[in-house]
Amino acid sequence: MAKRVLVKGNEAIAMGAIAAGCRFYFGYPITPQNDIPEYMSAHLPDAGGVFIQAESEIASINMLLGAAVTGARAMTSSSSPGISLKQEGISYLCGSEVPGVIVNMSRSGPGLGGIHPSQGDYFQSTRGGGHGDYRTLVLAPSTAQENYDLTMLAFDLADKYRNPVLILGDALLGNIKEPVELKPYRKTPPVKDWALTGTAGRPQRIVKSLFLADGELTVQNWKLFKKYQSMERDVRFENYLTDDAEMIVVAFGSVARILKTSVDKLRAKGRKIGLLRPITLFPFPKAAVLAAAQQCGHLMAVELNTGQMVEDVRLAADCQAKVDFYGRPPGSIPTPDELAHEVEKAWRQGGRK
Amino acid sequence: MSAQTSKKAPAKPAPAKAAQPKAAQPKLTQVFDRPKSLKDVPWHFCPGCHHGVIHRLVGEQLDAFGLREKTIGVASVGCSVFLYDYFDVDVVESPHGRAAAVATGVKRARPDNFVFTYQGDGDLAAIGTAEIVHAANRGEKILVVFVNNAVFGMTGGQMAPTTLAGQVTTTSPRGRDIETAGPPIRMAEMLTTLEGASFVARVAVDNIKNLKKAKAALKRAFEYQVNGWGFAFVEFLSSCPTNWKMTPEAANARVGKEMADYFPLATFKDRRAE
Ligand SMILES: Cc1ncc(C[n+]2csc(CCOP(=O)(O)OP(=O)(O)O)c2C)c(N)n1
Ligand code: SF4
Ligand SMILES: [Mg+2]
Repeated sequence: MAKRVLVKGNEAIAMGAIAAGCRFYFGYPITPQNDIPEYMSAHLPDAGGVFIQAESEIASINMLLGAAVTGARAMTSSSSPGISLKQEGISYLCGSEVPGVIVNMSRSGPGLGGIHPSQGDYFQSTRGGGHGDYRTLVLAPSTAQENYDLTMLAFDLADKYRNPVLILGDALLGNIKEPVELKPYRKTPPVKDWALTGTAGRPQRIVKSLFLADGELTVQNWKLFKKYQSMERDVRFENYLTDDAEMIVVAFGSVARILKTSVDKLRAKGRKIGLLRPITLFPFPKAAVLAAAQQCGHLMAVELNTGQMVEDVRLAADCQAKVDFYGRPPGSIPTPDELAHEVEKAWRQGGRK
Repeated sequence: MSAQTSKKAPAKPAPAKAAQPKAAQPKLTQVFDRPKSLKDVPWHFCPGCHHGVIHRLVGEQLDAFGLREKTIGVASVGCSVFLYDYFDVDVVESPHGRAAAVATGVKRARPDNFVFTYQGDGDLAAIGTAEIVHAANRGEKILVVFVNNAVFGMTGGQMAPTTLAGQVTTTSPRGRDIETAGPPIRMAEMLTTLEGASFVARVAVDNIKNLKKAKAALKRAFEYQVNGWGFAFVEFLSSCPTNWKMTPEAANARVGKEMADYFPLATFKDRRAE
């Protein structure tokens, strides 16, 4: 069995990145993700890599663009306000089809907000976030182990689609300390026949997002659109006690983890309630949500915000279920009992039919 | 600038010699050609714009150092955004102002490649100030070609941080008022103060004498990266006849007079020579 260590969620991300062959990290300090740059500054040089503490999040994402365009695996991390600053760069990465991994250990907003766990960046993460008609893959872990595992996966998906991949955690997932099994990385990263290495023995390569010739940008946007559609193949979610459920709660990340205990408590009382946990937020597990809606006619979205993912749940449910919502803006972390109480309240009112 | 000329081509064929079929041909020596690092395509630059001349100078040095196949260029956003259309080297396009950060990532990942950015004054001295200052201060082993034409060329001639006092632009219709807009920034001098910057020069290409000095400075700047000596920065004073609303001749003259008066031509720092 692989080595097990007791680490913080942030460190698990950094460890997963190095294991997956990430050799370039660029970042700028912001709570609650500072363990990531700190870990990288300590360990990347030993792995033969480069750590740069950049002058800003804007510089970090552009350094990532520079390293990744040469074919290297590169990562940057930040938290909400810093992720906002990276949006221009993320748009360029998408437009010029350069892979890279971006970690958002999100905090609360808007503005300087606070450092509480929050899921207020769901829209920003899943709708592109910067300018233009683009998407990034979004992975939402809910344990330190998943931080490690999904970071390795993020590098593979980024290379597979030549697209940035976002890991969306929060203050809770970054700072929780729990055992992580350091599974070895076993894949062979793909050969990048588009990477800039100098023209020796081949024609010039250009990586750009400017397309001015007649019709060129239309073609490029449709090409990107098809790519985003093809990402459906990599949709991920977890069904927890849903087989016989009469109501299914939909939640991701830290709150989904709390809800598992709530579901256990409700099950102990004989309530047939299950949990559907999206792991990829883009692509969103639409088919799984629709199946859940058809199965029990009663869904409930629970989020650490005032209602964002619930829109995707309603779209996916396609009016085939009543979709309730419980939202918790930043400030406090709900307990399993509190959430069980909210879910049970909705359960009593019943679903469709 | 693509025409091939020969030193001693006769003005007219000599009729007496033409009658003798076996006469020796005058020996043709090629003294001027397009650098191999530049593609044989026409410029999109306006007549009288110095961007084309500066491209050529960079291309000449890439050839001279045998770097074409080892080079990764970083294009910025401005009239020089089509860098990849002219240079036959690998090129990545940077967001506006971020070229020095992009080049940092490229060079750190590929230390054996030759990496240069090519940036205008809006790009480098306005939106990209933080990136250039910190790349210079970290001593990134890159070459920065900075083209200062005292205006935002591509977007239609708005005021730049380098626009001269009193200069009329589309956003300083009454002339740049230094009370409210501040005086023009001298980037070369500013970067010279940074310990991390190793080579800093300002040159112009408005006459043969300055062209020769520009070539020499650029050659020296190339040596800094080729030898791993550190960060090199060459500021070119450049013309923008279109947005200055001048003829190419008048714009060229303005570079040598008004611009060079405020932005002195000099090598400010050549650490290896010190
Ligand atoms: C974020 C962003 N802001 C503004 C622009 C618009 N823009 C394009 S080029 C440019 C300035 C170009 O001026 P300069 O860098 O001096 O280059 P020149 O065209 O004069 O050579 C601006 C503001 C942009 N592309 N991106
Ligand atoms: S607008 Fe100015 S800088 Fe741009 S190509 Fe024309 S002359 Fe050159
Ligand atoms: Mg300019």
